[in-house]
Amino acid sequence: MSQYQRRSKEELAKRVAQDMFDGAYVNLGIGQPTLIANHLPAGVEIILHSENGILGMGPAPSQEAEDFDLINAGKQPVTLLPGGAFFHHADSFSMMRGGHLDICVLGAFQVSATGDLANWSTGEVGSIPAVGGAMDLAIGAKQTWVMMDLLTKKGESKVVATCSYPLTAIACVKRIYSDLATLECTPEGLKLIDMVEGLDHAQLEDLVGLPIRS
Amino acid sequence: MINKIAPSIQEALSAISDGSTILIGGFGTAGNPNELINALIEQGAHDLTVVNNNAGNAEAGLAALLKTGRVRKIICSYPRQVDSYIFDELYRSGKIELELVPQGNLVERLRAAGAGIGAFYTPIGFGTEMAKNADGSPKETRIIDGKPHVLEYPIYGDVALIKAEKGDRWGNLVYRKAARNFGPVMATAAKYTVATVHEIVDLGVFDPETIVTPGIFVSKIVKIDHVATAAGGFKKSKDAA
Repeated sequence: MSQYQRRSKEELAKRVAQDMFDGAYVNLGIGQPTLIANHLPAGVEIILHSENGILGMGPAPSQEAEDFDLINAGKQPVTLLPGGAFFHHADSFSMMRGGHLDICVLGAFQVSATGDLANWSTGEVGSIPAVGGAMDLAIGAKQTWVMMDLLTKKGESKVVATCSYPLTAIACVKRIYSDLATLECTPEGLKLIDMVEGLDHAQLEDLVGLPIRS
Repeated sequence: MINKIAPSIQEALSAISDGSTILIGGFGTAGNPNELINALIEQGAHDLTVVNNNAGNAEAGLAALLKTGRVRKIICSYPRQVDSYIFDELYRSGKIELELVPQGNLVERLRAAGAGIGAFYTPIGFGTEMAKNADGSPKETRIIDGKPHVLEYPIYGDVALIKAEKGDRWGNLVYRKAARNFGPVMATAAKYTVATVHEIVDLGVFDPETIVTPGIFVSKIVKIDHVATAAGGFKKSKDAA
């Protein structure tokens, strides 16, 4: 077995940011995807969308400048860049559903080889369901990317043949950026984009338990 | 003469009856009409259906209304939060009904109600739990342009409670930053809309090009105090923890 090192959360955020293109309208999901904003390549202008009615979202303000009328989807204070805009919720979700957002990056519990996404519920009995804007984003954006660890804490692959958790949407994920590899979901199954140094193709397939085309 | 300015919140809410569907604006800390919710609690209407993005945080506002036990059902997209313990307890003990709706479907169903649309097909929720009715039966679906869609119906409000920034006596409203969120859409979807504002201006002061909610959608406006901050905006007030 060859030695390999997982990408750190920051390295993974940097890897995703590399694939963002100039002029893209992007929604970064709550949690890990928000790290991507810190790693956008120089000279690339990205317009960030927040589901609660903001385009052109900027970084967090200093504590004194916090304004609780200006928050992101995770309900943390943010800023607005020059050129930014506010709009109501129906317009905000039209931007998603209407296919106007170029990219959204979401976290996931499971992704199937053909791009089905499960990221809103583990289906645990007695848990309180909450979906928010996940389904709208997953279906609406032109490209839905997932950012996650490839394996669960127990070492099981989060990339699966068929999701066992309740679905967010069918065949919506285009790319999976993970700590071990970047994969593409296609109607024919997984395709390799890249993997961390020291990991080989056979090992990766073994970890995922599914065929991965190169 | 038209004068939608109510002398008090109590007066603006006096006609709310038991069994009403109440649309309540707000997202996170922005745009919550907590003053209106407090007055609704005082007013005492019960057997309510509430529509909001969430299901209350900590003890204030919507959470306080839920705590009274006067809400029969809540329609929302994201009830589960770190401090939604009042809702969590009611839900787990079967004291409140939950209709979970993806956020975009929630606002579009409200928009449809306000726009007189009978129902609409949306791709959101197809193939998921959201494509089922409360009794588990499947919602109607249709393939449109090769893409599967689910039929969704409007959410009509009897009353909308929203928070705006400024208004005039015709009921024209402007909002502040992301506090706009559900306000303009909910205003269209209810028979009776009450908005709080921090400032009342004379007719003609608003640039007509920038009015966000035209007064036709607004029944009453009430002025409330402004909690100013260094950034010129709203800061978490002491009761909004």
